[in-house]
Amino acid sequence: MPTIYLPIVETSPITKQRIVIDPITRIEGHLRLEVTIENGVVSDAWSSSTMFRGIEPILKGRDPRDAWLFAQRLCGVCTTVHAIASVRAVENALGITAPDNARLVRNLVEAAQFVQDHVIHFYHLHALDWVDIVSSLSADPNATSSLAQSISDWPNSSPQYFNDVKGRIQALVDSGQLGLFANGYWGHPAYALPPEGNLLAVAHYLEALDWQREYIKFQVTLGGKNPHPQTYLVGGMALPVDQTSSAAINPLKIAQLRSLASKGLDFVSKVYIPDLLLVASFYKEWANLGGASGNYLSFGDFPNDNSGNPASLWLPQGVVFNKDISIPPQPVDQDLIQEYVTHSWYSYPEGDLSPRHPYQGETIPNYTGPQPPYNYLQVEGKYTWLKAPRYNDQAMEVGPLARMLVAYAAGHTRVKDLVSQVLSKLSVGPEALFSTLGRVAARGIETLVIAERMGGWLDELEANINNGDLAIHNGALWEPTTWPQNAVGYGMTEAPRGALGHWVRIQNGKIENYQMVIPTTWNGSPRDHNGKRGPWEEALIGTPVADPDQPLEILRTIHSFDPCMACAVHVIDARDHKVGNSRQTLYIQHV
Amino acid sequence: MSDIKRKVVLGLGNLINKDEGVGIHAVYRMRTFLGPIPGVEWVDGGVAGLDLLALVEECSHLLVLDAIDAGLPAGTMVELEKEQIPRFMGIKLSQHQVSFQEVLALASWREKLPSYLHLLGIQPADISLGLDLSPVVKTSLLKMSQYTRNILSRWGIPELVTA
Repeated sequence: MPTIYLPIVETSPITKQRIVIDPITRIEGHLRLEVTIENGVVSDAWSSSTMFRGIEPILKGRDPRDAWLFAQRLCGVCTTVHAIASVRAVENALGITAPDNARLVRNLVEAAQFVQDHVIHFYHLHALDWVDIVSSLSADPNATSSLAQSISDWPNSSPQYFNDVKGRIQALVDSGQLGLFANGYWGHPAYALPPEGNLLAVAHYLEALDWQREYIKFQVTLGGKNPHPQTYLVGGMALPVDQTSSAAINPLKIAQLRSLASKGLDFVSKVYIPDLLLVASFYKEWANLGGASGNYLSFGDFPNDNSGNPASLWLPQGVVFNKDISIPPQPVDQDLIQEYVTHSWYSYPEGDLSPRHPYQGETIPNYTGPQPPYNYLQVEGKYTWLKAPRYNDQAMEVGPLARMLVAYAAGHTRVKDLVSQVLSKLSVGPEALFSTLGRVAARGIETLVIAERMGGWLDELEANINNGDLAIHNGALWEPTTWPQNAVGYGMTEAPRGALGHWVRIQNGKIENYQMVIPTTWNGSPRDHNGKRGPWEEALIGTPVADPDQPLEILRTIHSFDPCMACAVHVIDARDHKVGNSRQTLYIQHV
Repeated sequence: MSDIKRKVVLGLGNLINKDEGVGIHAVYRMRTFLGPIPGVEWVDGGVAGLDLLALVEECSHLLVLDAIDAGLPAGTMVELEKEQIPRFMGIKLSQHQVSFQEVLALASWREKLPSYLHLLGIQPADISLGLDLSPVVKTSLLKMSQYTRNILSRWGIPELVTA
């Protein structure tokens, strides 16, 4: 059970209370929410990252060609995306164009990362917000089998199969080690799936683990991911392409990749998407909840050629303002990206009210918060280690929903087609997209379009090899003697959880300044100089909370954004060996 | 692939947070110091979460080296075996909070935990941003190497049994 700090001041009747969600999975917390609840509904929210994560100072003075090696250490889940953003930033600064094979390999590694990450997010983080594991114990395996067969032709669907899964859950419960799942909010009134839906989802939770173990080989083959990618290189990839070498990308490897890509597509189309539609159909009220400010930013990704032109991006780049997807998205002008530190634990030399572009970015810590342990942050002042990025002075949501809305507005045929299909299956209108449920659906749609696209890139790679085009690295500007004295560049990519940008200034062959704006800085942004909330803060307003001791509804919306907080600190906590002890601190105070 | 039985020394942690990276430092140093040992893999696991499940389940023998918060003085080394290693899964706000303990918990539920499972942990002094280990933790690395040797010889690695 969570540690609950009882009210310091008892007032009656209780109309307004403030709760804090601060998981302590490491030595320090990293992501913390403070929320006020009035009459059972969230009335205000503050999002905070309580751990400093500026990698930028470590990079100053280093060889820009090495930056990606450090950048990828920032996070254990986002290694690939930091590597690509860093390499692109340096290539952009120095005017280097990577060969076509490098473009294709990068697209493929990134695509596999998206597919894997989204599936894992759905089953291992987000599903348990909608799926009550304990309820699955009262499911009828025969009825579960019928349900499974009514939504998909995935072969694992017999009554025996579901009976076995139920047995495994029962065994876990009987062993007294619900351990794994001991901290869930099981039995919470906001769970709406029937027991059979819950059992089906738990079965696929388990299957997804086996699937990901196999699917990860795609990235290992191309990225040398073990678990950090090792094949990135400014100017291309450090991976030979050669028909005759067994160590290189060769026709045999391409055949293996094709088989893995096809297993990926199979799982997504036959398991993930049907499950998503099933779950969503029981939670349609979430189509009216959890929308943020209505502004969406996508840097776009997966270039179709080496021109560097945003128009060549297969997933389009653009900005949607005020939920308007009836007109084409506005082009992205990276000059309009600025970061405020008004409410962040940093200071700018000229004062904290005006913003800075990442090229001029400063990471000067200025912690003014309370010394731990504390109950509440001082949200009127600075309250987080995240800066507040703004585009044209607007807070922007980034991530799958932003990408799918930008793609929709830009007329991406397959995305439009799938969005329409999903809306019609759920019998909801387009306004449902701007919500928590919209975010969940967009992630699934995106996984499917990307999984479908991978075969085409493999075809292109194979055709290049067959035509004798084996180039994968452009070393013309490798030596620092070939570089200008001063150079600036940016690298943009889409991480599974949203737009990621790295900005680099190079002087005399060394990094003079390095700044990154990560997706969660956009989504988890604090207020800016105008007091305008960040997307999470905005999205939580109006969320009903049935039981403040178990704020399941808040987790639903925050998880729908797929937060990426610093995974920087992974210290094993040995002070408490009790299996199932809660890792969450939950303070409740009536205010 | 459950038939694959690997013997792995796995370093965990983050190189950019000083002592937090002690497990990774240890893996690289010992690999250099001890030289290649047939049948034993040295793996830099970084801060990967669920990605490590496949590796864990493929091991018959697994030794994890990590920073560990045991509430002890900085530099103290802790040795845990099998059931002593905490396994749990908490309420989390991010899938980035999938901890190694959770990977162990999942492997355990799937009945695929390595038969030989050890953890050597060092209590960090400083986990702020930076690349270097603190002096006290650096000193403890030697002890970690000796214990690693001992564990590997208990695994019956011939080079070390005779050493």
